[in-house]
Amino acid sequence: MSEPAIRVRGLRTKLGGQEIHKDLDLEVRKGEILGVVGGSGTGKSVLMRTILGLIRPREGTIEVLGKKVDPIDRETMISLERRWGVLFQDGALFSSLTVSENVQVPMREHLDLPAALAEEFATLKIKLAGLKAEDGHKYPSELSGGMRKRAALARALALDPDIVFLDEPTAGLDPVGAAQFDDLLQGLCRSLGFTVFLITHDLDTLYAVTDRIAVLADKKVLVTAPIAELERHPHPWIHEYFHGPRGRAAKGSAMIDATS
Amino acid sequence: MAAKTQVSVTEEGETARVSLAGAWTVAAAADLDSQLRRLRLLKARRATFDLSGIEHLDTAGAWLIRQAAKTLTDGGVTVALAGADQRASALLETVAGVDQSADTPVKAPATVIELLERLGFATAFAVRESRSYLGFLGLTLETAARIALRPHRFRFTSFAFHLEAVGLNALPIVGLISFLIGVVMAYQGATQLRQFGAEIFVVDLVAISVLREIGILLTAIVVAGRSGSAFTAQIGTMKLREEVDAMRALGLDPVEVLVLPRLAALVVAMPILCFFSDLMGLIGGAMMAWIDLDISPETFVRRVQANTSIKHFWVGMVKAPVFAAMIGLVGCYQGLKVKGDAGSVGRLTTRSVVQSIFLVIVVDAVFSIFLSLIDV
Repeated sequence: MSEPAIRVRGLRTKLGGQEIHKDLDLEVRKGEILGVVGGSGTGKSVLMRTILGLIRPREGTIEVLGKKVDPIDRETMISLERRWGVLFQDGALFSSLTVSENVQVPMREHLDLPAALAEEFATLKIKLAGLKAEDGHKYPSELSGGMRKRAALARALALDPDIVFLDEPTAGLDPVGAAQFDDLLQGLCRSLGFTVFLITHDLDTLYAVTDRIAVLADKKVLVTAPIAELERHPHPWIHEYFHGPRGRAAKGSAMIDATS
Repeated sequence: MAAKTQVSVTEEGETARVSLAGAWTVAAAADLDSQLRRLRLLKARRATFDLSGIEHLDTAGAWLIRQAAKTLTDGGVTVALAGADQRASALLETVAGVDQSADTPVKAPATVIELLERLGFATAFAVRESRSYLGFLGLTLETAARIALRPHRFRFTSFAFHLEAVGLNALPIVGLISFLIGVVMAYQGATQLRQFGAEIFVVDLVAISVLREIGILLTAIVVAGRSGSAFTAQIGTMKLREEVDAMRALGLDPVEVLVLPRLAALVVAMPILCFFSDLMGLIGGAMMAWIDLDISPETFVRRVQANTSIKHFWVGMVKAPVFAAMIGLVGCYQGLKVKGDAGSVGRLTTRSVVQSIFLVIVVDAVFSIFLSLIDV
């Protein structure tokens, strides 16, 4: 098997005197959609930020695409930043820029593109993310929540990344919008061939798009496995997660989708 | 990467073969674009794009290929794509799928029209804002009247808290600034008046200007900057977190709960602050007069008592509650206008300070004219 897209070994992070992760290991394979789940406060977002080099771990190593993540090493970080795209929880679009300008930010920062071409590529990405070309001229405050998520996805895809990090992309969306986002993500992942690190609470999303799921609990990744295996896992939290009323409902609808 | 030729063309009569090679990614897009532009010069009627030499293709590369093919097709050339592997064709298809809907470019209006448009917006905004202020003033007065009839509904705890925040805590900064301005005025006055041998009039200069204008203006400006802005930021943050809506839903009146205690605290605190500011301004002036002109504090006090009428003090003081009410109203009104994102809190806080200082100066000028007309 080829080398993993992300490899985390023996990670320990502490924030504000509180230990968040301890001896955390994680591997994300190339081309897969990995779901990351865990109770509130188990450090899913912290894990993502640590992998992105925004938080420095106390111990452990993180390798992304074969390169060691080290916030001090600017050169490696810049080369990595060109190869990943991030969608933060609330979109984190720059409010003073239009959607199109937002998408162009990474292009202007990392590449030397003529303005007209950058504009065209931005429009392409905006359309790929399921928005209309006209939406590119709007400011983030003029967009609905679902459109903001799509715009943020367009920005994450600006440089055709190898890895896309998504922090709760469907949180706050209505079920229809969330399902559309799932379809969009899966379609793009298939045609563009990127790896996805997906933090979510949305069981429907987990059933619909993920190849494997990593469960965060007790400060580490308890298990990484396809959803069918996790359903049989004996750990009480995991059992409760997939067999609680919401888990059963999501599974039911996923099976209906599969048969229809 | 830039120098490498990634587009090579072989023409055989009517048919051209366009071979694409290397990395077709966004990083090389500028170069690829200019290379593809040369294809417009093709004379052939049929063109085949050979993609088999492409090592790496992303959406940008796929878009460029599609765009080039489209330009040729529009020029009457039959275009075929060949040699694309499975991934490449999937990408080309994805890009083609979204590319059909044409972009409608937004036309920027001419500069003059834009200027007029802005002027119109600003005028309409000013008119609307003035009307809303009147409305808000009416709402506040109505609520105040209602509270006056049922005083037990007045929020004394909140009032006391804000009295401390806008009154007591503002004393040091108001005092310091007034003291320093007193010093500056005495010093500047001394330099000028010494030329006429009229040094003693420094006392009158400092006393009249501090009591009539400087004391209250400084107080009002400091209060607008530190308390008016605080009102906007506090209420604005609550508005943003839907606390104000929650209040309404629970049957609490935001004007009664948020606006009135703040306004009352400011109206009570401002005259006290103004009095303190007058005092510190006079002390500053007296000190400078003593150091620079050898006018002893005793002489200073006696001269003030003899030559400066008490009416000057009242002219300054009477403005204090008026300015307080204006600053409080502007601060609370702008706070309640916050909506949408966190950026609007910052924007409206700035506006609150600018508007209240502007209003204070305008009303001060009105006071000045009015009081001189009635000979005070």
